[in-house]
Amino acid sequence: MIQEFKKVWKKYTIGMLWLLGLLWPMLGIHADGTLTFQKTITVWSYIVAGTFVCLLIYITKASGSLKVIMDPISRVTGNIKNATSALPTWVWFTALFIAALFYPQLAGRYGTDVAINVLLYICLGLGLNVVVGLAGMLDLGYIAFYGVGAYTYAVLNTVYGLGFWICLPLSAAFACLAGCIVGYPTLRMRGDYLAIVTLGFGEIIRIILNNWMTLTNGPNGILGIKPIGFFIPVFENGFTLEHIWIKKLQLFYYFALALAIITAIGVQRLNISRVGRAWESIREDETAAELMGVNTFIYKLLAYAMGAIFAGLAGAFFAARMRFVSPDSYLFIESAMVLSMVVLGGMGSIPGIILGVVALVALPEVFREFESYRMLIFGGTMIIMMLFRPAGLIPAKRMGTRSEEKEG
Amino acid sequence: MEYFIQQLINGLTLGGMYALIALGYTMVYGVIQLINFAHGEFFAAGGYVGAIALAYFAGIGYMDSHPVICLTGSFMIAMAYCAYLAVGVEKIAYKPLRKQSRLAALLSALGMSIFLSNGMMLTQGVYDKVYPGELFQGRFDFGMVTVSYLQIMIVSLTACLLVGLNLLVFKTKIGMAMRATAQDKTMSALVAIGSNKIISLTFAIGAGLAAAAGIMYGLYYGSVKYDMGFVPGIKAFAAAVLGGIGNITGAMIGGLIIGMVEIFGAGYISSEYKDVFAFIILIGVLYFKPTGIMGENIDDTRV
Repeated sequence: MIQEFKKVWKKYTIGMLWLLGLLWPMLGIHADGTLTFQKTITVWSYIVAGTFVCLLIYITKASGSLKVIMDPISRVTGNIKNATSALPTWVWFTALFIAALFYPQLAGRYGTDVAINVLLYICLGLGLNVVVGLAGMLDLGYIAFYGVGAYTYAVLNTVYGLGFWICLPLSAAFACLAGCIVGYPTLRMRGDYLAIVTLGFGEIIRIILNNWMTLTNGPNGILGIKPIGFFIPVFENGFTLEHIWIKKLQLFYYFALALAIITAIGVQRLNISRVGRAWESIREDETAAELMGVNTFIYKLLAYAMGAIFAGLAGAFFAARMRFVSPDSYLFIESAMVLSMVVLGGMGSIPGIILGVVALVALPEVFREFESYRMLIFGGTMIIMMLFRPAGLIPAKRMGTRSEEKEG
Repeated sequence: MEYFIQQLINGLTLGGMYALIALGYTMVYGVIQLINFAHGEFFAAGGYVGAIALAYFAGIGYMDSHPVICLTGSFMIAMAYCAYLAVGVEKIAYKPLRKQSRLAALLSALGMSIFLSNGMMLTQGVYDKVYPGELFQGRFDFGMVTVSYLQIMIVSLTACLLVGLNLLVFKTKIGMAMRATAQDKTMSALVAIGSNKIISLTFAIGAGLAAAAGIMYGLYYGSVKYDMGFVPGIKAFAAAVLGGIGNITGAMIGGLIIGMVEIFGAGYISSEYKDVFAFIILIGVLYFKPTGIMGENIDDTRV
């Protein structure tokens, strides 16, 4: 026991000395030819103090010294777990749904805004889950389809004056087309080759959006997109239909909620269908799946197309909500964000992805006060999460073990 | 014709830098099958440390009297620094995940990339850091074609590094151990090759080469920025894949091709779409040869 902790402390000391050596050249060497140590030592000692406290807590927990406190807590949580697992799943869903319905009344404007973001990312995460989680193809350019959907609505609306409801299926169709165009040449590739090619396609689409001045107005983006409009029945002078624009944030929230629920149900149905099983077999072993008579090419293309459709729908909605699109919203880092949400939450598991999205959208919001540190914290959290929960927060139940992982 | 030769020289300079970065990707991929997203950040860190070292030498007044020593010193310092950084990064973020799924390691790498680039932003500021500009001002004129001393320095140093690496990997015992580890970790462990040491060494060498490319980039374009690692990083990754990932000669060829394509595309077709050409070539080549130019057939690699 003691020996084990000795090892931890030794590693910690080496790591901190390593950090000191790393920090000093960046902070202590100045252009006027002077060398200072003051600032480096200050920054370093803050980091040492912070990590020391964390490590101390971790070690006391691991050594069992906290048993006196932890035991009652774990008993209580165990009891809660037993009580809750007795409830059927639909109770949970209803509770969650009702909470989501009343959320905008309780939260302020800012809270609703963040919630809409969360819902849109849920749509994206679930869409990407079809490609990465179910079919097992690493896609690093997913955000491009979101961009295609958003630009389809933006262009059709501002140039041709088409309404949101006509554009929504068109956005999905264009995104699907883009997915097939990307998918067709890439599906012969596997693994990391696929990753870089999707990344490349994502960048190509972004650069085209950035440079095709006549269609997309280049880096300036498209302004003045109409929000969602729809007809409501009015009973004042007999029965008429009145056209209204949705401009209130709360109404947008409900639309986003509906979109997210539809996406979640769609992905869930796909997951348990024949198609979902075909995808899973491709993910587990492509050669074996092909031998068993699964048409791998069609199903992989279908996975791409489905993922793109979900992204396209979310994109059209995003354009209607922001009423402005610009290529800056579709950078690689966004694809990476969505991928992190999927993997962090647990690939292939819908509740996991929802939790992952909430965590990753909420985390930078919580640290908004430490503006310049928040991406640092974000990156650090990603590493720590992967070190401690590599399978995600809520791992999917049906995920099999792949042969290469078993071999280790 | 002069224009063509001029572009060829520019392409060679840029391609050499891409090749140096691509080598790190491909070597790391070769030994642990990980796309090291933080590699672009090693490149940026190299650029920063080079700038700091050069500015320091200029500050103590060494630069005017011994420019060559200063430059060599800066290269050494930056390469050593990045090797040191990379070894630690590997121990912290990748080593514990070796047994896990490859996506977990990939995300850890992505997190490390975000962490490092923001760390550089916090320590060095958001704005461009300007390189001391007096170095290598001269140039040769051959009619319409001009070759700056800087370009000659970059190309020759790149060539030296590439030849050195080739000798190291294919002619020495250490290189043999590296190749053995890349082929089969368990088997090489049985013949007493410490795979942890070899992996650390691979990271160190890859990051050192990226750091050299970082200084070259800084000298060539005049400044460095905290997020500069990203775009050259993905292009170099594309170069590594184009050559056949895991293959060292392939990465060199791929880097040169990507650099050339970018320069020629910008020069002859459109400079706005220069980033597109590199990826189109990549996709085109991979469509006809899905494992890259020099890659052998990998049967069953998935996400």
